[in-house]
Amino acid sequence: MKRIVILGAGSAGTMMANHLNKALNLKEWEVAIIDEAPFHYYQPGFLFYPFGKYTEDDIRKDIRTSLPSSTHYINASIDRIDPKGKIVLLQNGGTEPYDLLIIATGTQPAPEEVEGMKDGWYEDVFDFYTFDGACALRKKLESWPGGRLVVHICETPIKCPVAPLEFAFLADDFFYKKGMRDKVDIIYVTPMSGAFTKPVASEKLGHLLKEKNIEVVSDFSIERVDNPHKKIIDYAGQEVNYDLLVTIPPNLGNPCIERSGLGDDARFVPTDKHTLQSKAYPDIFVLGDATNVPASKAGSVAHFQAELLTENILRFVEGKPLKPDFDGHANCFIETGKGKALLIDFNYDQEPVTGTFPIAGIGPLKLLEESRINHWGKMAFRWIYWNMLLPGRKLPFVSPQMNIKGKNIKVKTERKPVLQD
Amino acid sequence: MIKEMNSKQVEVNDEGYLTNFDQWDRQVGLNIAEEEEITMTDRHWEVIAYLQEEFRKSEPLSIRKIKNSEVVSIKEFYDLFPGGPLKKATKIAGIPKPASCV
Repeated sequence: MKRIVILGAGSAGTMMANHLNKALNLKEWEVAIIDEAPFHYYQPGFLFYPFGKYTEDDIRKDIRTSLPSSTHYINASIDRIDPKGKIVLLQNGGTEPYDLLIIATGTQPAPEEVEGMKDGWYEDVFDFYTFDGACALRKKLESWPGGRLVVHICETPIKCPVAPLEFAFLADDFFYKKGMRDKVDIIYVTPMSGAFTKPVASEKLGHLLKEKNIEVVSDFSIERVDNPHKKIIDYAGQEVNYDLLVTIPPNLGNPCIERSGLGDDARFVPTDKHTLQSKAYPDIFVLGDATNVPASKAGSVAHFQAELLTENILRFVEGKPLKPDFDGHANCFIETGKGKALLIDFNYDQEPVTGTFPIAGIGPLKLLEESRINHWGKMAFRWIYWNMLLPGRKLPFVSPQMNIKGKNIKVKTERKPVLQD
Repeated sequence: MIKEMNSKQVEVNDEGYLTNFDQWDRQVGLNIAEEEEITMTDRHWEVIAYLQEEFRKSEPLSIRKIKNSEVVSIKEFYDLFPGGPLKKATKIAGIPKPASCV
């Protein structure tokens, strides 16, 4: 009996377990999955939870409910991987041998990386990318009297790069409905050159910030938080005052990756961006937020990767060459508030553009354009996540590789992809 | 679009970033630096060389990466390229600026 071990039962790991359960001959292969957490979270829910939407039960379930019964679930913390001995060492002293390893340990916020960020943590300074952060912020917002709300990104890459912007849009809507929008200033602070960085998105969406009265501070690379004086300070000496700071701390890979000597300086695993094989060890594959590939760290990316990686794993165990099929495809809803949302569909080479999705010329969803139906799409997505994505069911009309049909792509030489290998 | 630089033609995007790194040479870098009102010194060129090396390895650039590189401290990086150092240094280096997905 051969053995595949999956590290992490988040979105990526759980989808892989379900795919492999169907694809592998289970008389020859055992699949084990290791995770220390008791719950699986619907992470897009963390965006809405601070604004009083959803209950705990809507966004979290026992981690075992989404795993196939044939998958051996190991509830333990990972100490490190020994890639030469082909073994995973657990913090409880246990060892788990593997023939093939799948790393899906994700990314996590690391507020301790920024000087002063933990002062006032969950009092005046919050994250919302964790269940604890989303809960603490929900409580804070219930009684916050208003003032300067600063929505802030420390550095890139981060999980779900559009969520901070969505948070600012939803905050505008939330305070408007509470009848206190005039008591709140919303300031969006980013290390990038603006809230939007891609040409077509900037052109199509730039007006949203003005309409919603959101001030943007760009090129702000944070050096420290001075919570006693309620301000953030960047390396150029630029200061932004806040009454409430909602920050996206630096995102790092799991500490077990560093202990294993398998990560880059942000603990992400160097991974072939098309085959998803580890660059260091051929019997290790990596997907989801744990990789260093230049795709978005997003659930949709993990979903598309899981479909293609399953095929590559079958090829690998049969001794066939891997297919370089992953194109960086991502597909994300962007909530813009007031019951509307946008949808973007893009990959390594193609920036988000306008068009229709998933059926070319028909939709019903619209790309890069605000609509109510996009918002319904996002709301329906929670059901789709628990019932279709995690169990590894195929979504109708949605292919793992990006489809150029239905997209308004102008062929212009200056937009020629430059980051391609 | 095509941009004329000291009788050399280079392809740039709407924001003036080179879209084909092969067209970069030191003179192109100097011309862009001049437009950005930066006077290049040996220290500037050392940083540019580091950024280009990372680009060739397809490594995404971030302030963290610069901080851990030991090539330049963040303070010095800001002093060398004031007002958005990554944005300006990548432009002079002839490589894409770090971007988000939208």
